[in-house]
Amino acid sequence: MRDELTIEAPVKDRSVLEKLRTGDVIYLSGLVATARDEAYRRIALMNEEPPLSLEGWAIFHAGPIMKRVNNEWQCLSIGPTTSIRLESYSPSFIERTGVSIIIGKGGMGRRTAEACRKHRAIYTVFPGGCGVLGASFVKEVIDVKWLELGIPEAMWILRVERLGPLIVTIDATGRNLAEEVKSEAKSRMNEALSTIREGLTKKRMHEEKP
Amino acid sequence: MNGAGNALEDLIYRFIATVAVVLPDDVSNKLLELARMENSPYGKIIYNAVLRNNELARSRKLPLCQDTGTPEFQVAFGEGFKHKEELLAAIRKAVAKASLNGFLRPNAVDPVYNKNTGDNTGRILPWIDVELVPQSSDAVVQLYLAGGGSTRASGAVVLDPADGWERVFRFVLELIAERGMYACPPLMVLGVGVGPTISIAAKLSKKALLRPLGARSPDPWVSEMELALEKAINQLGIGPQGLGGAVSVGEVHIEYGERHPASMAVAVTTSCWALRKGQLVIRNDYSFDVTTHEEGLIDA
Repeated sequence: MRDELTIEAPVKDRSVLEKLRTGDVIYLSGLVATARDEAYRRIALMNEEPPLSLEGWAIFHAGPIMKRVNNEWQCLSIGPTTSIRLESYSPSFIERTGVSIIIGKGGMGRRTAEACRKHRAIYTVFPGGCGVLGASFVKEVIDVKWLELGIPEAMWILRVERLGPLIVTIDATGRNLAEEVKSEAKSRMNEALSTIREGLTKKRMHEEKP
Repeated sequence: MNGAGNALEDLIYRFIATVAVVLPDDVSNKLLELARMENSPYGKIIYNAVLRNNELARSRKLPLCQDTGTPEFQVAFGEGFKHKEELLAAIRKAVAKASLNGFLRPNAVDPVYNKNTGDNTGRILPWIDVELVPQSSDAVVQLYLAGGGSTRASGAVVLDPADGWERVFRFVLELIAERGMYACPPLMVLGVGVGPTISIAAKLSKKALLRPLGARSPDPWVSEMELALEKAINQLGIGPQGLGGAVSVGEVHIEYGERHPASMAVAVTTSCWALRKGQLVIRNDYSFDVTTHEEGLIDA
């Protein structure tokens, strides 16, 4: 497991991403754009042009808490939102924008893994719920696009320094750690059910209180 | 607005800020316990980030998670509490103020017009469940911040009573195997409600969710099954943030009521690791106690 590697974004040379494997832990410095449900819908479903070129960019599935102070935006809290909601839009989003690093939480599915393999991109997990930690890596709020979507849904352009830990769960070969954990969980269902049955039998609940 | 109304508004405002910024004592202790129990390769990395985050949130007085959820209030009015209307109005105003000042993210989206109301108020929000308690003159205000991700692993179904409790538990396990990873595990509390209808079961599951950690069901069999379900969920191996590991759930709490002869409704309400809840007791003279946060309310 690789640790402490810092990647500069936007990524110009994807060979640095191709060396990474699921389970590696990286940090990110440079530019990040947030994009979640509405931005994905606009780009992937409505075929709208992204408000700026995102080729090689890192995309953060996040809806931050922002505060406007003296005409400047401050990022108070920013952490990942559940990425799986974006799964169906994801291949088209990756293809149309050219993003190279996706940051989210909870993992994504087969379609994203396939798109990552095809476009030499990776998906990483930032620990969910760590909004203030996330904000501590934001050094500058550079711009905001699509603010009419509301603060959580707008596309925020941020400069970050060593944003992380980011755990690679889909690598550029298309391997998908989250899918592996999920299928393992399903394969352990019988074991879990026998624990339940033990509990039920011990108390003879079926007979006593059907 | 009279002075008393303002005092309540300020109090509720600080209460909301506290719940968004500081984990309640039971959750924060349980989190340390779960961190010690986890042995996965990513467990250490994730818990380190989580604990650092919570410290930063406390010292900077910022919402520990950017998703401050849907603010769900439950108010138990003692019949003798004299400021009922003021308190309800104060909650509404304090929610709007907390949203404008960055303690709550604006999370209220009108689903028909797809527009964010901007301050967490609207047709139904802030959500306030009210009950009346005889022979009391206090108001007990509970707040739960229901995050969008944590809501994702929740679910409900009406089962055939003949299938018994095994079917109930299988429903819970299948739900968590499919969606638990999306709700920021370890799920601090998984609340199960069983009753005659979905709406009653859902209400019971919320009661289960808000039961303090460490408090078991008074029914010996149910409390045994809470432990069995915890063990079974952990056997699925979902782990912190769904990356695999020994601990996927903090505690399972089960609340139940009588079912209908033809139906056994089950509802599951899940919380993420950051179970943000608080309880405030307000008396007629406006004095108050925060029963969930020993350090009291933050200055906001």
